[in-house]
Amino acid sequence: MITRNPGRLDFHGGIHRPDRKSLSAGKFLGKVPLPEILTLPLQQHIGSAAEPTVTAGEHVCKGQIIARTTEYIGAPIHAPTSGTVLGIEERPVPHPSGLNAPCILLQTDGKDAWGELPEPLPHYADLDPSLLRERIRWAGIVGLGGAAFPTSVKLNHGPDRPIQTLVINGAECEPYITCDDLLMRKQADRIMEGVKILLHVVEARECLIGIEDNKPEAITAMQQAVAESGLEHVQVVQVASRYPMGGEKQLIKVLTGKEVPSHGIPAEIGVTCINVATAAAIADAIIAGRPLLSRLVTVTGEGIANPGNLEVAFGTSLSQVITHASGLTSLAYKLILGGPMMGFTLDNDKVPVTKGTNCLLLASKEEAPDPDKALPCIRCGKCVEVCPAQLLPQQLYWHARAKDLDKTREYNLFDCIECGCCSWVCPSHIPLVQYYRFAKTETWAMEKEKQQAEEARRRHEARTERLERLERERKARLRQKKEALEKKAARGAADPKKTAIEAAMKRVAEKKARQARENEEN
Amino acid sequence: MEFPVHTSPYGQLPNNVTRLMGQVLLALVPGIIALVYYFGWGVIINICIAVATALAAEAGVLHLRKRPIIPTLMDLSAVVTAVLLAIALPPLLPWWMTVLGVLFAIVMVKHLYGGLGYNPFNPAMAAYVLLLVSFPLSMTRWLPPEMLNQYPLDFLQSLAIIFGGQFPDNLTWDAITSATPLDEMRTQLEMHQTISELSQSPLWGDFGGQGWEWIGNWFLIGGLFLLWRKVISWHIPVAMIAGLLLSAGIFWMIDPESMPSPAFHLFSGGMLLGAFFIATDPVTASTTPRGRIIYGFLIGVTVYIIRTWGGYPDAVAFAVLLMNMAAPTIDYYTKPKVFGAREDEDG
Repeated sequence: MITRNPGRLDFHGGIHRPDRKSLSAGKFLGKVPLPEILTLPLQQHIGSAAEPTVTAGEHVCKGQIIARTTEYIGAPIHAPTSGTVLGIEERPVPHPSGLNAPCILLQTDGKDAWGELPEPLPHYADLDPSLLRERIRWAGIVGLGGAAFPTSVKLNHGPDRPIQTLVINGAECEPYITCDDLLMRKQADRIMEGVKILLHVVEARECLIGIEDNKPEAITAMQQAVAESGLEHVQVVQVASRYPMGGEKQLIKVLTGKEVPSHGIPAEIGVTCINVATAAAIADAIIAGRPLLSRLVTVTGEGIANPGNLEVAFGTSLSQVITHASGLTSLAYKLILGGPMMGFTLDNDKVPVTKGTNCLLLASKEEAPDPDKALPCIRCGKCVEVCPAQLLPQQLYWHARAKDLDKTREYNLFDCIECGCCSWVCPSHIPLVQYYRFAKTETWAMEKEKQQAEEARRRHEARTERLERLERERKARLRQKKEALEKKAARGAADPKKTAIEAAMKRVAEKKARQARENEEN
Repeated sequence: MEFPVHTSPYGQLPNNVTRLMGQVLLALVPGIIALVYYFGWGVIINICIAVATALAAEAGVLHLRKRPIIPTLMDLSAVVTAVLLAIALPPLLPWWMTVLGVLFAIVMVKHLYGGLGYNPFNPAMAAYVLLLVSFPLSMTRWLPPEMLNQYPLDFLQSLAIIFGGQFPDNLTWDAITSATPLDEMRTQLEMHQTISELSQSPLWGDFGGQGWEWIGNWFLIGGLFLLWRKVISWHIPVAMIAGLLLSAGIFWMIDPESMPSPAFHLFSGGMLLGAFFIATDPVTASTTPRGRIIYGFLIGVTVYIIRTWGGYPDAVAFAVLLMNMAAPTIDYYTKPKVFGAREDEDG
């Protein structure tokens, strides 16, 4: 066991707000039937987009890879069911911008016929972790807590960063969302199977499963599963219900007392953190050899007739999910993808569920009123009190607004986890996180530009140098030639041309002399 | 179906500026009632003049700046400024001085710097200092507290003095005014009286000035309400009181006969009002947790220094303005350690 520092087992700031989880908690509404057409975005994860490996008209089987990437940070995409590829087209995707992105359109054939799958690995404990990581990568598993970061990359911490503690994130701190809660209540064994695999993959000495105390059933179920597993180094830890407890850095701090370094990753302090649903998906990939094809999604809010949780195949349109939850109520006013703190609104329900979709919040006007006009910042410092990253949000805002990007970095912009606590408590109702996202995007753009400029400068210099070198060489050659000529001229006879000319002239002169002689003789 | 879009977070936000300012006004009520009880109607009249002037001035400036008028007035910040200035003024101050002070606070100190959120100086305190420096005589004409007042004035009499300088019967300023305990203390100490002789004076209460100590108490209660409602954080008031008590305590222990006790300092003048309501003005104060402690502490120390060795009997306004100037620098050097700050970094 790792020694813990009880004085530090808390994170700074955070907020309490009504969690509204009772709307959907513990309710499983079954599987959403497969629609006729699935829309599968090529980018469902952080990293580079996958590239289609199928073409229009091609028949695919369930579980077959239909898009993959050769980039390290990325994940393949599988056909959630059998059917025919209709094409690869631009379609609206679940993104705050509301823009279109390339998607594979799959017409389902209703047979749901599996293709060839890799062999199950029930004896994973005898296998090398790298082999298991490869399988997890093949299965297209990404963080299912919402961030959708490729899990195989996260598990590849490298030999110089040994992992002591595996943290399993069952905190689910966003209000309204209950899909992880349901999974823990109903499939604790499957999660535990994933935990065992993960312990083997990262070679951790202990595992801490953090669950917020507003989920007593989940805690009981997980505790039972842990007891049945007989693993003494796995422990369920009840944590306080305070947003953003489920933030990776916050949960690690609360469970281990250790802080993930600024700009760093958990592996640097010997910790890796995996969401419960991700752990369950890993169990499927290893034990059954099945890829990630669907997920649990919470559908909730006053705007939905029958709130609850649904098993949804990727590519299913949100409208079908809504229909399966008995449709909208007259109160439905906003469609929020994700939770009310970090989610984003969509203007229509014609986008597909992807790997990162954990919640569909159909909010009433009361639940998600239109924002007031922002007032000036009065520097009250409430944002400082709640910021879990211990930043100075009001100073960051000030500099972001002035587009002073250097200053925003000086104030640790990139440690902002965009949890939204500052915006929540701001009495002036300033959309602070928006400003930080803007500043981050601007910084990235500037850096890219700087890189490009650097590249261009390097190329320009290389070209100039090359031209100069060529010029030097040409001059050198000319000089050599000239020198050679001069030398020959000095030596005279040494020049073959001159000799030839002289010889020819001699011959001409001899000929002339001979002719003259003959003429005289005639 | 088309859904409206905007950025997160979604929900009924728990705070707004109007509510914050409203709670500040609410918290001032006990202290104001005490002030009225001890010093009469003039306090109320001053508040009315100040609030009316502030609203009119702000509306005028907003009109000139082409900004929305009603929504901005609704943030109540101008009302808070007006009330804070009004209760710091002597109860029978000529009306036009109050008007002048408020105009200066709202137009010059607040709006010429960009309005709410942008002013580097506390508007109420800047106006108070302007009036004190410009009209020292009028600004130090306080009344004796209720129990010592031989000529209590009714509402109409107060009104007549404030608006017309008309005294009832044959009263004069000298008859009805009295030095504040801080002023009295200062004058008498300069005349080499000892504290024990001074404490025989009827101006003296249980631990501060007669009457004044209770006003301080009521502002303290209002301040505790603000702390409880989390409108203000504890850092500035606690540090400011600590700064004053520490400085006063040290000198009092060295020479209790010529240095007033820490309790006297705490419950006299504008100290408690200043600690909870004025130094805590978020716009002009330091905003980092450590910075607020330094900021508050230095105000407390400065108040003591000016009261003891400076040219004015009270010093909250000067001390607050001085620290307003220092706030940005204090903030810069007191940035909190960021989550996961590496050992070799400052964070």
